[in-house]
Amino acid sequence: MQIETTINGKKITLEVANDELLSDALRAKGYLSIRQGCDTSCCGLCTVWIDGKPTLSCSTLAFRVRDKQITTIEGVAQQAEEFAQVLVAEGAEQCGFCSPGFIMTVLAMKHELKNPTEQEIIHYLTGNLCRCTGYMGQLRAIKKYLGGA
Amino acid sequence: MFTIEQVLQPETLEEAYQALHGNISNTVLGGCAFLRLGSKKIATAIDLSELKLDYILEPGKEIEIGAMTTFRTVETHPTLHQLFNGVLPKSVSNIIGVQFRNVVTVGATVYSKYGFSDLLTALLALDTEVELYKGGRLPLEEFLQKSFPKDILTRLFIQKNARKASYQSMRNSLSDYPILTIAVSELNQRWRIVVGARPLRAQLASKASEALSNSKLTAEDIEQSASLAVEELSFGSNIRGSAEYRKAMCKVLVKRGIMEVLQCK
Repeated sequence: MQIETTINGKKITLEVANDELLSDALRAKGYLSIRQGCDTSCCGLCTVWIDGKPTLSCSTLAFRVRDKQITTIEGVAQQAEEFAQVLVAEGAEQCGFCSPGFIMTVLAMKHELKNPTEQEIIHYLTGNLCRCTGYMGQLRAIKKYLGGA
Repeated sequence: MFTIEQVLQPETLEEAYQALHGNISNTVLGGCAFLRLGSKKIATAIDLSELKLDYILEPGKEIEIGAMTTFRTVETHPTLHQLFNGVLPKSVSNIIGVQFRNVVTVGATVYSKYGFSDLLTALLALDTEVELYKGGRLPLEEFLQKSFPKDILTRLFIQKNARKASYQSMRNSLSDYPILTIAVSELNQRWRIVVGARPLRAQLASKASEALSNSKLTAEDIEQSASLAVEELSFGSNIRGSAEYRKAMCKVLVKRGIMEVLQCK
């Protein structure tokens, strides 16, 4: 079926199968920042924003984003770059496979929570798995980024 | 992964209901996070997204939750944080991650009667009713105990009262499926002790609840009620824990839940 949707501010028409997942549809359209990691809805690698809310694109049927606003990391490149610089400075990135989904969740948290505590940051990021860093560097980077230090 | 031959986005519940009964494999879609883990072949997938069932309202003496409301909405709703010591937001807040909870829906979890459901356990400790499109309103406890013809769950209703409640769960890791879930609540000296993820679906421990309600709430009374809950409910084993482990943890968590409710304001 054909659906009209908006990806990163641009209205487009997507041709999707009835049971196609949003992550597959976006990757087919060239948004290769969408990673597929776990296949069980628990790793957060495929996180995009749907109408501003961080959402698992691997668990969302593509036809359901009709008339929605989809944001991938390509749509928030400048903010992502700013945060990525902090991540690098804190030694909080290794293979980088989880980074797009992780960064999308951090940016969503920045919009949603004001001055989050360390515990709130950890809780918000629970759905993003990283098998390289051990999370401490990421936590340092987030605190630094949010604190503007 | 499931397959879908045809998609229907009905404009009315009647249209959805008729479609549901058109073919045995026709299925109402919830968030689909659990459905996608299986290999169900769906002839017509019925998507309720256009029916405006994604809301939490507070008309009068009840909280009304639409079937398509996500767990994240439950988790962040200000009134639900104030009522029942925040037991509903607490019950869903450790389920995987924010982006998962923005997908899964209340209606699908309740209608499917998932054994591992954190939310069902908490809802059953409150004064909750479900509304089925054809079956009408009925208590959640009755809905969970009986079988019903295929229907569409449209809304939940929770009495807005001064019930005090506590939610406890045991997990192998913080965001995993639970090994055991416990909810305890009290209103006017009447207690409800609910145990879920046994791994069977949530159930009221009626004898334990009755005993506690008729007791003086001494340490011995609490110990006895926790033991009664373990005795009257059945427990099973799965990949997350054995029946014996669940029984041992049940006693601990029920006591912890009761103690927490006693301290609630």
